Amino acid sequence: MPVKRTDKTPMPVREPSLRARDFGEVNEGYCFSHAMFEAERCLRCQDPVCMDGCPVRVPISDFMHAVAANDLPKASRILREANPLAAICGRVCPQESQCELNCHMTKRFGPVAIGHLERYVSDWEMSQPEGDEVLEPWREEKIAIVGSGPSGLVCAGELARMGYHVTVYEALHAPGGVLRYGIPEFRLPNDILDWEIRQLERLGVEFVNNVIIGKTLTMDQLFGEYGYAAVFIGTGAGLPKFMGIPGESLNGVYSANEFLTRINLMQAFDFPHSETPLKVGRRVAVIGSGNTAMDAVRSALRLGAEKAMVVYRRSEKEMTARIEEYEHAIEEGVEMHWLTNPVEVLGEDGWVTGLKCVKMKLGEPDESGRARPIPIEGSEFVFPVDNVVLSIGTRPNPLLVKATPGLKTHSWGGLLVDEREVETSVHRVYAGGDAVTGAATVILAAGAGKKAAEAIHHDLQAEAA
Amino acid sequence: MPKIVEKRRLTPITALYRVDAPLIARAARAGQFVILRVREGGERIPITITDYDRESGLVTIVVQEVGATTRRLGELGEGDEILDMVGPLGEAPDIPSGGHIVGVGGGFGSAALLCLMKELRERGEKTTVIIGAREKNLLILADELAKVTTNLEICTDDGSAGFKGFVTERLQQMIDGGPPGYPDFVISIGPMPMMRAVEKTTAAANVPCTASLDPLMIDGTGMCGGCRVTVGGEVKFACVDGPFFDAHTVDFDEAVSRGKMYVKEEQKAAACQRAEHEEAA
Repeated sequence: MPVKRTDKTPMPVREPSLRARDFGEVNEGYCFSHAMFEAERCLRCQDPVCMDGCPVRVPISDFMHAVAANDLPKASRILREANPLAAICGRVCPQESQCELNCHMTKRFGPVAIGHLERYVSDWEMSQPEGDEVLEPWREEKIAIVGSGPSGLVCAGELARMGYHVTVYEALHAPGGVLRYGIPEFRLPNDILDWEIRQLERLGVEFVNNVIIGKTLTMDQLFGEYGYAAVFIGTGAGLPKFMGIPGESLNGVYSANEFLTRINLMQAFDFPHSETPLKVGRRVAVIGSGNTAMDAVRSALRLGAEKAMVVYRRSEKEMTARIEEYEHAIEEGVEMHWLTNPVEVLGEDGWVTGLKCVKMKLGEPDESGRARPIPIEGSEFVFPVDNVVLSIGTRPNPLLVKATPGLKTHSWGGLLVDEREVETSVHRVYAGGDAVTGAATVILAAGAGKKAAEAIHHDLQAEAA
Repeated sequence: MPKIVEKRRLTPITALYRVDAPLIARAARAGQFVILRVREGGERIPITITDYDRESGLVTIVVQEVGATTRRLGELGEGDEILDMVGPLGEAPDIPSGGHIVGVGGGFGSAALLCLMKELRERGEKTTVIIGAREKNLLILADELAKVTTNLEICTDDGSAGFKGFVTERLQQMIDGGPPGYPDFVISIGPMPMMRAVEKTTAAANVPCTASLDPLMIDGTGMCGGCRVTVGGEVKFACVDGPFFDAHTVDFDEAVSRGKMYVKEEQKAAACQRAEHEEAA
């Protein structure tokens, strides 16, 4: 079949010069013929190694069969069963380092576009009429989920499907966690997230916003007064790191979390109709090279920055962003400054005026396995900038740990879990996602939520028996 | 949604609200705050808890109408609901026992002292509250404060009530040996210039002083870092590490500068709001 010898079908995207001015989604999604063609490229391997690359083990081969047969109801069933956040993961998963990395087509032609097809099928699913029936829990036990990010959403959905009463507590005024406050709408429109949350509500999951476990209610209250049989902690890794260089508190310096939260959760792009402001000047430097850095720098462009740049102390090779985000950023006109390490934020009258950097070279691999960047003496120079956005990582929030006696963590703040990697040091308190692993991906968090749901079910049923 | 069960005007631009928020009322401690949002598309703003009643589930807040959100809140009345309210946030301050504890409140900062003074009275502390305003009509909660403190000292800039002069001048008199006695510990809550002046006054006499900072915030849980303040050379998040900090180690210059970050945007939002009103009228 000659059709199999072609390259990956590119994702149709909006024109860079147009899309870089608004927050509408960049990727337009496959049409019917793209999808048929692409699904036919799958070799239907006897040993579908793509599945091994997927943290939630979507049966990709079966899924491809169903898409190729244009049996979208079946394709979406296969997908949903394995990945309850398919519409989101089809958009934000780093497929190139997971399923598509393993694809046998990768070496010669480029992988089958598993992610794009995941999105295609989810988009079809979302276009179907929504029922209004709500699943009634049939078990007695109640379970509380702390945090409504990806791990919490998946854990909630799985437990609801098993018949439990599930309540998700969210600290902010809208559910979704990092999917809401972190990922911009040009990558993940809020409508998609809202749809996913509606599906959970239809499974009987109850969402309670504006409640902070550890502040508004304690863990003891959840078990005692509220009578929950188990609690899942999916509080993520939301605490921004700062570099500790001079000038970080100047006006115009933001953590990527603050920058993106103002835009995504608070809709600062619509100021003054939306009342939360954001200061974006002509020249914006974003420090870091992950997806969050790309999100921030591309958001800056969309808010009118004429010069938006990424400043990273290592090289392009060590960059941690998804390849698609990186390529899109370049197309949109983002400047990349590799091997450049900021040493000071310069300011005048309290406002940022520049970013002083030093050039770096790569040395021996460090503890992360990546080449260690070493400063080149005498190479200091200054970027004149109006904003600096720090996107150098986040760590788990200690708020709940501080308020919960017995809840143990690693020294870096991640929750300690048992050998099954699900239960914390407190009986019947489970955890997963970034709160356990430190900042990682949506799909890893989803996988952890699913695993925890299975463990909770197992433990509660074992106890009941 | 938390319902406003009582609203009382304290000054032309300040009102007291008692809000039905049982979970917050049960968990609250003096010195903590809530974050609220008044409408879709609105800002999240931090407001200090003035008082709480665990039994009735009511939380009292006092809000001065100075920005877009506080003005919108000012338009709400009894029976109306506040769209979002989350808390209690921040940590209660650590106030040493024994000695003469003096709370200094400027403007609507007096409101934040009420709850703290109540708690200190329950602990059996000797306390004095100094509150100040430009003129008599702008003083708030004097009667309520008088009930929970050993001494209440009122200052007005124009002398229309109590001592004529600034709260710091009255505080200085006490440091110099005047009645009602030397302050062993000072709690300072009010506008930045006042807290700065109180810090200077107490520093000169080596009196320990804690100040309640109210920088810009979004989430209130340590997630955005927008509320960072430099204290003793270290960066702290006022939302989770504060809002109370040792005033003598706070970098006030930086805090003042950061507080002015969105002055222009605030004016723009206010203009937009006025236009909205005119259209409605």
